[in-house]
Amino acid sequence: MQFLEKTRKSIFSLIILVLLISSFFIFKFALQKEKIYSPNITDNQIFTDFEVIDLIEEKKINFDKVLFGKNFYLINIWSSWCEPCKDESEYLLELKNDTSIMMIGINYKDKKINALNFLKLYGDPFDQIFIDKQGTVSINFGAYGVPETLLINEDNKVLKKYIGPLNDGDVYEIKNITNN
Amino acid sequence: MIISQLGYYSLIFGLLTSILIFFNSSIQIKKNNSVISNKTTGLIGFQFFFVIISFISLIYSFIISDFSNETVYNNSHTTKPLFYKITGTWGNHEGSLLLWLLVLTGVLLGFIFKSKNEPNNYRQLTILFHQIIVIGFFVFILKTSNPFNEIFPVATEGLGLNPILQDPALGIHPPILYLGYVGTSIIFSAALASMICSHVNKSWAKEIKFWILFSWFFLTGGILLGSIWAYYELGWGGFWFWDPVENVSLMPWLSLTALLHCVVTLEKRELFKNWTIVLCIITFALSMAGTFLVRSGILNSVHTFANDPSRGIYILTFLLVLVLLSFVVFVIYENKNFVQKSEIFAWSKETSILINNWFILYFLSVVLIGTIYPIFLDVILDEQISVGPPFYNKLILPFLIPFVLFMSIGPSMKWIKTNIKIGVKSFFIIMVTLILSFVTIYYIGSKNIFLLLLFIGFFYLLLKSLDQLRQKTKNFAQIFSHTGFSLLLISILLNSFSSNEIIRNIQVGESFSLKNEKILFQKILVEKEKNYESIIGFFEILDEKNKIINLHPEIRIYNEPEMATSEASIKTSLFKDRFITINLIKDQNFFNVRYQHKPFMIWVWISTLIIMLGGLFAIFRKNKEVNI
Repeated sequence: MQFLEKTRKSIFSLIILVLLISSFFIFKFALQKEKIYSPNITDNQIFTDFEVIDLIEEKKINFDKVLFGKNFYLINIWSSWCEPCKDESEYLLELKNDTSIMMIGINYKDKKINALNFLKLYGDPFDQIFIDKQGTVSINFGAYGVPETLLINEDNKVLKKYIGPLNDGDVYEIKNITNN
Repeated sequence: MIISQLGYYSLIFGLLTSILIFFNSSIQIKKNNSVISNKTTGLIGFQFFFVIISFISLIYSFIISDFSNETVYNNSHTTKPLFYKITGTWGNHEGSLLLWLLVLTGVLLGFIFKSKNEPNNYRQLTILFHQIIVIGFFVFILKTSNPFNEIFPVATEGLGLNPILQDPALGIHPPILYLGYVGTSIIFSAALASMICSHVNKSWAKEIKFWILFSWFFLTGGILLGSIWAYYELGWGGFWFWDPVENVSLMPWLSLTALLHCVVTLEKRELFKNWTIVLCIITFALSMAGTFLVRSGILNSVHTFANDPSRGIYILTFLLVLVLLSFVVFVIYENKNFVQKSEIFAWSKETSILINNWFILYFLSVVLIGTIYPIFLDVILDEQISVGPPFYNKLILPFLIPFVLFMSIGPSMKWIKTNIKIGVKSFFIIMVTLILSFVTIYYIGSKNIFLLLLFIGFFYLLLKSLDQLRQKTKNFAQIFSHTGFSLLLISILLNSFSSNEIIRNIQVGESFSLKNEKILFQKILVEKEKNYESIIGFFEILDEKNKIINLHPEIRIYNEPEMATSEASIKTSLFKDRFITINLIKDQNFFNVRYQHKPFMIWVWISTLIIMLGGLFAIFRKNKEVNI
């Protein structure tokens, strides 16, 4: 009886120990996990070999295939909850008229309904929009937050990078680059 | 500059004192001294003093906006009002940890003064265990989160405090919450010490009950302030979101509540010894885990100050060490304390407290799973999910009904054995409960049976608790907290089932209506304040009795850091809050207006205050024989 009681106790202790230590490691991995994401930009060239999901049709596509057919690509990272993004939308709409640019929106940590409402309210400047629910896609562009805008050319080279909302000066600069 | 230096060195001295105390206590325990020397008490006083000096230096650096200090530079700005300069001290990772340390050393000092009648061995051991925690935190602060880092060249302006943290309720929320969180540390140290000294008995229970009540009271207050902040500042019209950070404060609260009831049984009947100790350990581990989850950046929320994994790994390792330590102590000394085994009868207060504990532990595990499951899933399967209110509602609500029923009859049970009598009075209470519940259901206009059952349970608890007032020996602590709890449940239920809202995009001069009320958007006004610019909307509401109510929601555009927040305007009345927020729609004359009816909102706050009042009664109760 005594023996049984002892075995029961040690088995119980063992289970608790294993649980404790395994949760320790799980938390440890969870902590380190965040570090895995780091921008893959080399020589100003953005990394394009990753999958993105379209906002409207929710289809997966490799980002390589998106960058096709135009001389310039403007990648804008935005979100419906981001106040400066609202200020920025008029400039993006202006750039949409430039036919040499493909406008690509990355919808950062957002809900689909809110994103669509946002576009309805402020206008949709994008040719294509992709979802970045976890904020990990944007890291591929070396972005820190919203809004952020990158102008890249057909060789995937980053020509300009704007942190924060665009203004008239930036639009002027972008137009100068694309018209030359 | 010099003040910052003073703060830093004072921290180092504090650490040195801790090490001294640690060795001093070990020696004293070996010698088996019968009194705690003045030297020990003095050292503990000094330790507290050093931390206070360091804390005051940091506050001072914030007040004079000393931007050579990195913490001040990152979190303050010269244009901030003085109040927010001061509260900014703990509105960041480094400062808040210093506050942790302040409370940690403060409660030990309090313990030394309060426990004079306890055996010396036990007190020395408590000091020893507590110093392990203190040293751990000193090293943590000095190594990874020094609040006195200098920057050069000195900046002329700081980066500012996050505007949503600039709120009076939030200014005092961290200190109050920390008194609760960190108060559990002394319970932990004392529990381990009492286990080793075989001192888990009536006198220990009486003494530790003060610290349990102390932590419980402040934790309740801290959670209340956090909810008030969420309601008034975040502008969503809610007060509890089952956000992971809220959950981590709820978990120690639940285990403290269980412990609170359990320790009374220990005090009266010397029962549940091991269980009390386990709860003490769990409570502190949950508080620490809360700090870990919030501070490490594993969870993202307004509470996350820094995303530095090295900090997280430090706390995590430290937490594991403490839990393993307590585990080993428990396994070794468990048998020693397990001496007598009194009989427990089915109809007794002991049983009802045991049932209460089971239920609370069940709620605790639901919250725990909901909080950490997403993290585990992310690591193991690389899948991201978020656990929302439906999960908690489904798993918690049904079990609330039996829980409140036991809670209603528990207090009228007697220790050891109770004879059940069902008289006219019980019948009367049941009748009133049923009438109240049916009237409420009718008033809300719902036909949900489940809802009805919930109301029956909650009203029954309310009436039974109030019924206690007629007894000869009144236990105000229990009456107040149970009445408050039932009121809280009723108001939350009413609030969530009969809220109304309407969202419109309108121009100045337009109006809309909600439930017989007409809302007119009169005008807007732009004002400039010291640290923000505000756009104020003027709304006139004509209620069903043709009374005019004015509401003035604001949009604030803060300058440092630049950020727009929406300030809700709320008109509180006894039965209903009217809640309105506005948002800008760019380049249009339209405003996005959100108008809500939030019934019984004020009762959520009032009932929580009543619960806390119960705690106060328990703390200041004279040591006479009363039932809980």
